[in-house]
Amino acid sequence: MQCSKCSGKAVIQLQHGSLCKIHFLNYFEEKVFKTIKKYKLIDRNDRICVAASGGKDSLTVLYLTKKYLEQYDLKTNLFALLIDEGIANYRKTTIKDLKTFCKEHKIKLVIASAKEEFGYTLDRAYPIINKETKKKPCNICGVWRRYLINKYARKNKATKLVTGHNLDDEAQAIIMNTFKANTSLSAHLGPVSGIEDHDLFVQRVKPLYFCAEKETRLYCLLKGFQVDFTECPYAQEGLRAKVRDMLNDFENQYKGTKQSIINSFLEVLPLIKEHQIKINSSPLNICKICQEPANQEICNTCKLKEVLKNGKKKRV
Amino acid sequence: MNILIKRETEQKQKNISFSKNTVKDLLEQLKINPETVILTRNNEVLTEDDVLNDKDSLEILNVVSGG
Repeated sequence: MQCSKCSGKAVIQLQHGSLCKIHFLNYFEEKVFKTIKKYKLIDRNDRICVAASGGKDSLTVLYLTKKYLEQYDLKTNLFALLIDEGIANYRKTTIKDLKTFCKEHKIKLVIASAKEEFGYTLDRAYPIINKETKKKPCNICGVWRRYLINKYARKNKATKLVTGHNLDDEAQAIIMNTFKANTSLSAHLGPVSGIEDHDLFVQRVKPLYFCAEKETRLYCLLKGFQVDFTECPYAQEGLRAKVRDMLNDFENQYKGTKQSIINSFLEVLPLIKEHQIKINSSPLNICKICQEPANQEICNTCKLKEVLKNGKKKRV
Repeated sequence: MNILIKRETEQKQKNISFSKNTVKDLLEQLKINPETVILTRNNEVLTEDDVLNDKDSLEILNVVSGG
C-alpha cells in the first residue's frame, strides 16, 4: 500500500489514509506537539519530571518532551523519574534500558526505590499484605507508585509531571469508570489530570493523549528505541484487560471508536469537573503520619505500612 | 504457501500453511486482532493490504505493553 502523501510504502493505515515512515513520524510528532500547545501542558518556566518505566509509552513521551523543549527553544529543566517497585526478573531489565536511553539522550535520571522508602520490595511486601487484606499486587503497586512519583517529583522541584498515558489508556479508563458509575474518578481524567490545583500535588499532564497505543508502538519501532516486552509477573487479566480487548474488537470493526470515545468525553469533561468541585464537600487532606496528600486522615501508603508492621509482628 | 512466523515474546519460529493472500487474511487465520500487533518482514513494516509470498519470514510484534 502506498502513502497518501507520497509514493513511499505505507507503514500504517489510519482512518484518514495511509502513511509512509517519514510522514507517519511527522504526523505523530505534530500530534503530540499540538496536544502540548492546545492544552498548555508545558510552560516556559516549568521544571518537568517525566514518569518513566522504560516501556514504549514512557520512552516516547520522554524523547518527544525533550524534542519539544529543544524545538521551541524552551530552557526548561527536564528529568526522568523511575520507580523501582522491587519486582525480580522484571524491573531490572527496564531500568537498564532506561539508563541507556537517558545516557544517550543526555537526560538526568532519578530512581526512587520502594525498598529504600518502605523497607520492602513489592515481592516481599505482597504476601504479607495479601494475607492481611487480600489486596492484589497491582493494588499495592498502584498505591506505592502514585505516592513515590508525586513525592519524588516534588522533592526534585518539578512543576509538571509528564506521563505516558495514551489514547487507549484513557478510553479504557472512561469506559471502566462508566461501567462502575464512578464519575468522581472520571473527573480526574483528561490531558491535564486532576480537578483542582494543590501545593502538594505536582500537576500531571499527558502529551500522548491523542496517540493510539499502536501508533506509539510503531513510533518506537521506527525510531529504533530499545523496548523490553517482558511481562510483569504480577500482570492480571482484570477488568481493564477485558475492556481493552472489547475496545480493540470495536476498533477493528468500526475505525475511530476509541477516538470518538475521547472526543465525546472531552465535550462533557468540563461539566464533570465543575460538578465534582461543587459536590466535593471534603477537600484534600494531609496525611497525619507522613504529611503527604490523602483522601482520608491517613494516606493509603501509610495504611499499607501499618499492615506490613502488624504482619511482621505476627510472623515473629 | 508456507509462511514462517515468530512472535517477539517467543524464541522459536513457526511454519504456517497459508492459502490466501494478504496480511489481513493471515491475521484472520491466526485469529489475531490487527489492532493488537505490528507485522514486519525483513525489518520492513507491513500493512493489512500487503501481499504475502511463499517462504516469507514474518515477525509479529505486540502492541500492548506487558506491564
